[in-house]
Amino acid sequence: MADLLALGIAEPFPRGVLPYLVGGLLVGLGVVIIYLATGIAAGASTFLESTLSYVSGVERFNRHTYVQSRDWRVVFTLGIVAGAAVWGFALAPDPGAWTTDVQPWRLLGGGVLVGIGTRLGKGCTSGHGVCGVGSLSNTSLANVATFLAFAIGTAQLVGALGVSP
Amino acid sequence: MPVVFVGGLVFGLGLAISGMARPEVVLDFLQFEDFGLLFVMGGAAVVTGIAFFVATTFLDRAPLTGDAYTRRLKEFDSNVVVGGVIFGVGWGVSGICPGAAYASLGIGNVPILWAIAGMFVGAYAQGVLRGRLAG
Repeated sequence: MADLLALGIAEPFPRGVLPYLVGGLLVGLGVVIIYLATGIAAGASTFLESTLSYVSGVERFNRHTYVQSRDWRVVFTLGIVAGAAVWGFALAPDPGAWTTDVQPWRLLGGGVLVGIGTRLGKGCTSGHGVCGVGSLSNTSLANVATFLAFAIGTAQLVGALGVSP
Repeated sequence: MPVVFVGGLVFGLGLAISGMARPEVVLDFLQFEDFGLLFVMGGAAVVTGIAFFVATTFLDRAPLTGDAYTRRLKEFDSNVVVGGVIFGVGWGVSGICPGAAYASLGIGNVPILWAIAGMFVGAYAQGVLRGRLAG
């Protein structure tokens, strides 16, 4: 605790731990349901490329693995949207639409980099962070350590420059 | 397909409950103001890890596809690191990653369409560029 205070952290979990833990276990459970039924370790970012194959002739997006998986990836994504909606509009303590205050340029610019980086790096927080780490894959552990370090550095820098939110 | 939808449903429910669908919560983690995200990633990875271990060790084939259970292993190359750097910077700027972005739309966060549009643009750009470099 003294160490945490020395870092300037008054309270490490201002929102409590429970929502995070329950949410994390459910995220894992969602992956496990699909995995046990189909043998597929589902990631969220391949959807970005496989969905492009519906409208683009670019060779990379029309690889067999993408074209063959693009339909269920759309279903998976719709499931994610629906599951979040169930919480946000029905089960949450304060049901209703929630919108972010983070500025559009951050969402758009950051989103472009997320799109490039996750596809170049072969996965995102779910593919590498959950499925890959759960597989004890060295590739995934290296990727996660890299994106975590650079995300922390970037967010601290953006914050230090006075950009908020 | 229904099972993929149900899996996605539970996955999205978890992302919404955990706050990952809110960029502010992720940015609070990255700025060391709330360490809860560690429990999300950790909890999910542990559940997944147990299932992967049990399935690859004791179970034979997935009932719906007949596929053998395998771990998620990808080949390591420099792209894994370069991609991780670019993704990390993008995540640090926006506070949102792909799965959480879809979930964010589900909780009614319409502005997240900026991020989702950006992700498609980025995914498209790298696909085109890598095709040109390879060809």
